[in-house]
Amino acid sequence: MKRAPKNARRPGATRATAAPRGRARRLEPVGEAEVRLVVNGAEVSRTVEVRRTLADFLRENLGLTGTHLGCEHGVCGACTVLLDGQPVRSCLLFAVQATGHDVTTVEALGTPEALSPLQQAFMDHHGLQCGFCTPGILMSAHALLRDRPRATEEEIREMLGGHLCRCTGYQGILRALRAAAGLPPEPAP
Amino acid sequence: MKPAPFRYLAPRTRAEALDALRRYGPDAKLLAGGQSLVPLLAMRLARPAVIIDLNRIGDLAYVRPARAGLAIGAMTRQRAAEDDPLIAARYPLMVAALRWVGHPQIRTRGTIGGSLAHADPAAELPAVAAVLGARFVLANARRERVVDAAGFFTGYLTTALEPDEMLTEIRLPPPPTRSGWAFTEVARRHGDFALVGAAVLLVGDGEGRCAEARLAFTGVGAGPVRVPEAERMLSGERVTEALAAEIRRVVARSVEPEGDIHATADYRRHVAGVLAARALIEAAGRLEVGA
Repeated sequence: MKRAPKNARRPGATRATAAPRGRARRLEPVGEAEVRLVVNGAEVSRTVEVRRTLADFLRENLGLTGTHLGCEHGVCGACTVLLDGQPVRSCLLFAVQATGHDVTTVEALGTPEALSPLQQAFMDHHGLQCGFCTPGILMSAHALLRDRPRATEEEIREMLGGHLCRCTGYQGILRALRAAAGLPPEPAP
Repeated sequence: MKPAPFRYLAPRTRAEALDALRRYGPDAKLLAGGQSLVPLLAMRLARPAVIIDLNRIGDLAYVRPARAGLAIGAMTRQRAAEDDPLIAARYPLMVAALRWVGHPQIRTRGTIGGSLAHADPAAELPAVAAVLGARFVLANARRERVVDAAGFFTGYLTTALEPDEMLTEIRLPPPPTRSGWAFTEVARRHGDFALVGAAVLLVGDGEGRCAEARLAFTGVGAGPVRVPEAERMLSGERVTEALAAEIRRVVARSVEPEGDIHATADYRRHVAGVLAARALIEAAGRLEVGA
């Protein structure tokens, strides 16, 4: 697939102007659009087809391949990223919709040399095997523990319910998440 | 699994959205939270020529008191509604049902109006709207009209919305002074499409009996399904185990679900009855406390 050309950066102008009062503007639908947003703290801008999902935009246009695509229809959770801090399926959002917003992907969490505490917990407690579903789970868990550092077993399970993992049987993931939330690794009977 | 090409526009006001609908209505789809529409696009079950994105419109997401009830803007996120203190205080049934909608990661994007307008027979919110007596505000570029749940849900994935109309607001009437409520469902996994769901609202008479009962089911018909015979049997009665068992039989006999790969018609009928009894007992428990 042909790459969309990279546009000049226009720092500081992430929000489009407010609508004029009074009579409705006549809007013409477009097939391509400039997408301008902040990804992991850096402002980026590309022109893409409007049907390009945020997930494909991150992977294909920005080369951020940490975000994985499993089912591409919102079921598996592998593509979960943070949009303005909230976990969303990036396969169910068009890139053009993210203009003016702030996106955080797994690449922002830690580095191979310095894992985030959450990533370290996954490593310590065998929270992954093949790793395909892991980036999405990490993003959901990151948002949960940021808002509720002492998340309960129920909250952890509700969050994890939004993700499919075909390797681990989930128990290693749950132990990692409990550890990250300061809970005992095994649930109270 | 990529959507077919379409053209896109993102109005910033209601007026712009309605103008776009006037021009492109029959060829257009409105994009709200996208949690149902985008999968349909990805699987190419829907191939609209134009997508009208409502997410840039600032004044379609709100929860505010309206007379003694509530008005909920169609673009209110399900997650925001779930956390809204006004909704929690007046319509706890809606909060309980929202917890069954997809997963938290879906509800951060999914909207109240989007779910209602999509009208999936397995969806939770249409059943909630039916028992709460919700009214639906439908607007086009020239006028507004208001319909109730029975008038809004017209068939499988089908509503009263005309091609040039948009659902802008859901109005909930004042909650009954004394009520008992429950929502429950059966799904293969929590967050999956439910096989069958049940919403129950009991209006108390102050002495622990039901002045009125409303039951609506998901997954057993084209839209939310009420069972008037069961509602009549409950009227003026105290919910007992025996009455709940009777309602269970009436509901199982009355609903006419279709079978599919997920469950046979007989199984759905059975589950509808079981959930009716279960939800009734739970709702009646709340009625006693509040009476």
